[in-house]
Amino acid sequence: MVSIEDYGTYETAWCPGCGNFNILKAVKQALVARRLEPHQVLFVSGIGQAAKAPHYLNTNLFNGLHGRSLPVATGARLANPNLTVIVESGDGCNYGEGGNHFLAALRRNIDITMLVHNNQIYGLTKGQASPTSDEGMVTKAQPQGVPSAAFNPIAVAVAMHGGMVARGFAGMVDHLADLIQQAIAHPGFALVDILQPCVSFNHVNTFAWYKKRCYELPSDYDPTNWEAAIKKAQEWGERIPVGVIYRNPRPRFEDHFPVLQHGRLGGQPVDREMLIKIMHKFA
Amino acid sequence: MEFENVNLVIGGEAGQGLVTIGQILAKSLVRRGYNIVVTQSYQSRIRGGHNTYNIRVSTEDIKAPQESVDLLIALNAETVDRHRSELSAQGMIIADARLDIADDKCIKVPFAELADKKFYNVVALGIAGAVLGFDGRIITQTLETFFGKKDPEVAQKNEQALSESYRWATENDAFGRLTLAPCADPLPRLVLNGNEAIALGAMSAGVKFCSFYPMTPATSILLNLIAAAEQMGLVVEQAEDEIAAVNMALGASFAGAPSLVATSGGGFALMVEGVSLAAMTETPLVIIVAQRPGPATGLPTRTEQGDLEFVLHAGHGEFPRAIFTPGTVESCFHLTRRALELAERVQGPIFLLTDQYLADSARAVLPFDLKNLAPVTPVGTAAPPVLPYQRYALTDNGVSPRLLPGLSEHLVVADSDEHTSDGHITEDLQVRIQMVDKRWRKLEDLRSAVIPPEYQGDAQPDLLLVTWGSSQGPVLEAAAALRKDGQHVATLCFSQVWPLVEEQFLNHLQEAKQVVSVEGNASGQLARLVRRETGFLIPRQVRRYDGLPLTSEYILRALTQ
Repeated sequence: MVSIEDYGTYETAWCPGCGNFNILKAVKQALVARRLEPHQVLFVSGIGQAAKAPHYLNTNLFNGLHGRSLPVATGARLANPNLTVIVESGDGCNYGEGGNHFLAALRRNIDITMLVHNNQIYGLTKGQASPTSDEGMVTKAQPQGVPSAAFNPIAVAVAMHGGMVARGFAGMVDHLADLIQQAIAHPGFALVDILQPCVSFNHVNTFAWYKKRCYELPSDYDPTNWEAAIKKAQEWGERIPVGVIYRNPRPRFEDHFPVLQHGRLGGQPVDREMLIKIMHKFA
Repeated sequence: MEFENVNLVIGGEAGQGLVTIGQILAKSLVRRGYNIVVTQSYQSRIRGGHNTYNIRVSTEDIKAPQESVDLLIALNAETVDRHRSELSAQGMIIADARLDIADDKCIKVPFAELADKKFYNVVALGIAGAVLGFDGRIITQTLETFFGKKDPEVAQKNEQALSESYRWATENDAFGRLTLAPCADPLPRLVLNGNEAIALGAMSAGVKFCSFYPMTPATSILLNLIAAAEQMGLVVEQAEDEIAAVNMALGASFAGAPSLVATSGGGFALMVEGVSLAAMTETPLVIIVAQRPGPATGLPTRTEQGDLEFVLHAGHGEFPRAIFTPGTVESCFHLTRRALELAERVQGPIFLLTDQYLADSARAVLPFDLKNLAPVTPVGTAAPPVLPYQRYALTDNGVSPRLLPGLSEHLVVADSDEHTSDGHITEDLQVRIQMVDKRWRKLEDLRSAVIPPEYQGDAQPDLLLVTWGSSQGPVLEAAAALRKDGQHVATLCFSQVWPLVEEQFLNHLQEAKQVVSVEGNASGQLARLVRRETGFLIPRQVRRYDGLPLTSEYILRALTQ
């Protein structure tokens, strides 16, 4: 029986009080709740403080380039559909540098869980605006205030009829662990956008700021209702809903590839007789 | 009179079906035992413009296109205007009588009397076959296999258009005006272009995953793989962009599927960070770059050898790589296999550099011995030598035992940051040095596996022609022509341009009285690379960069200037 201890304990490179600690805790809880052994899971991360998180877990890991976790995860899923594949990185990595891949993943509905540590700021590069920074937020790089509107990942994911679209908060660990667990179980693409404070660089969206605003969706909320979800996705500011905002049971990307029914690609022998037939079509 | 060598050009607008009849004619000729070199020239558009499908046919072994035209099959008047000056002494034109071509070399064919407009291209095919004195039954058979028997009515109309054309040609004294000399009994051969050979080579080596963003002239590699994907158990995914394509392939490779990407210069520019990632994470990856003229969008459908230095230096940081540059269609097949094997063996990025000319150039090729060509050995199932498993264990040759994630309880950790042996991020600067040295140790294996450039000709020649990749054919033909004139000429052709091992070729450069490099680019990139690596200055260069492939005529002209 897998336990939290199996996922290990590591010294981290994070600031004391960082939201990442709670997210790491919730991830471990979710993996154990799903009864996943460390070797059954592949984490793929990008670059940023959030992207270091899987280094602090006993698990398979491909820590790739900034913004490119989703393509790597997509390739790995297609090569071996037996793997549980989880992307974990920050808001800048996933929504900024990797924005096109986010849209493509939603369209594909590939069976990947995407955990986005969203602190509305660039931490590792010391405090520039991120795609999710609220308009007007003053930073060293945007001294007149952020001139662009904030990217709303939940609204985009719902608008594109994503597989599962959820928002969590690092200050609600058990609730977050439950969301992550549901995301892993969801057969298709699942986004968990996780609000977290950056104690060093975001002095607006603090732990208290989020705590005051985040509220759990009521039990009668129906995440399969797209119109309700698109409305809910607009809610930001004084009150911020957390929970599963949208669910869509459309077929997974993998289900469109008959060869994937035979397991991992590398394990399938090369059919030389068939290739000879294919070659002779050129005669 | 019979001809051993006929160069025919089919010209017209995009959408007139000239490629179709070109392919049928090429296949028919090969079935009868002739050798061919096809070159395709097309514009970046789907309809209109001016395109040509050029087949050089010979009873002999030919290696390159030819400039002078013996038979011009003009589907429109523009084709005649553009190519009339290229006609050889025996040159002839086939055109619709209604085009009213004022030229006594023109066979004016009443297309409208012979078939419906939809089948004009087949009429042109039939007349061409007849003028060559070619057995019409072979063309009929090829037509059948080409279109299948899906639509019996269309098949019947095709056949009718063909036989009407032969009848007309016979009655009007056009039959056999450029009769091809007969060939010995043919061996069964394939008609294959460079991209098709790459796809076959990749599948025979066991490629299992490809991702791409469409880009001329690489796209048909992927289309050939897609056509066979289900039968061969591979996944080909059209990615959202080239950045995604290269990263997907790395993810798939990391998870155990031998993987490749194929693109052209601009797309490869987007992949460059991924090249560096392949090196750092030590993930096998084959990257095929089918060159076209740049910079930027350049001439999208033409050819050039302008990206050697780009591919050699692509990717930030320092790491070893290998670059194969096939010179023939057969070599496209074999070097793709070699690239996949080598990528798996040294766990990193390996390149195959081709170009539009070779990608689209169909040739007659003997079938490959697929039964005896083994795919790459699957990795990832052996027990690790040291526990806990270390993905980047330090070894003598720099290659660490590779396991795959999810296949055992051993955890596989790869990192784009500098990392420890177990794959975790580090800023220990001693470890940094160890890891850099480890990655560079792979160069020894890469160097030991380098394919030597092929030297042909006497020792100490008066003239040595040096070239690489697809320019090999024109160079060999130019050398043969000069030898016929009594000159002492040798050739040195590189089918791998990196790493360069000077022991393999420097003596040839030093022993020749004169050395000339021949390249399809504006700045002589191989010549520069040779000088950088060996100190040997190649004083004279023949370069072509107008978007067309080199020919022996072009080289001979340049040498006499």
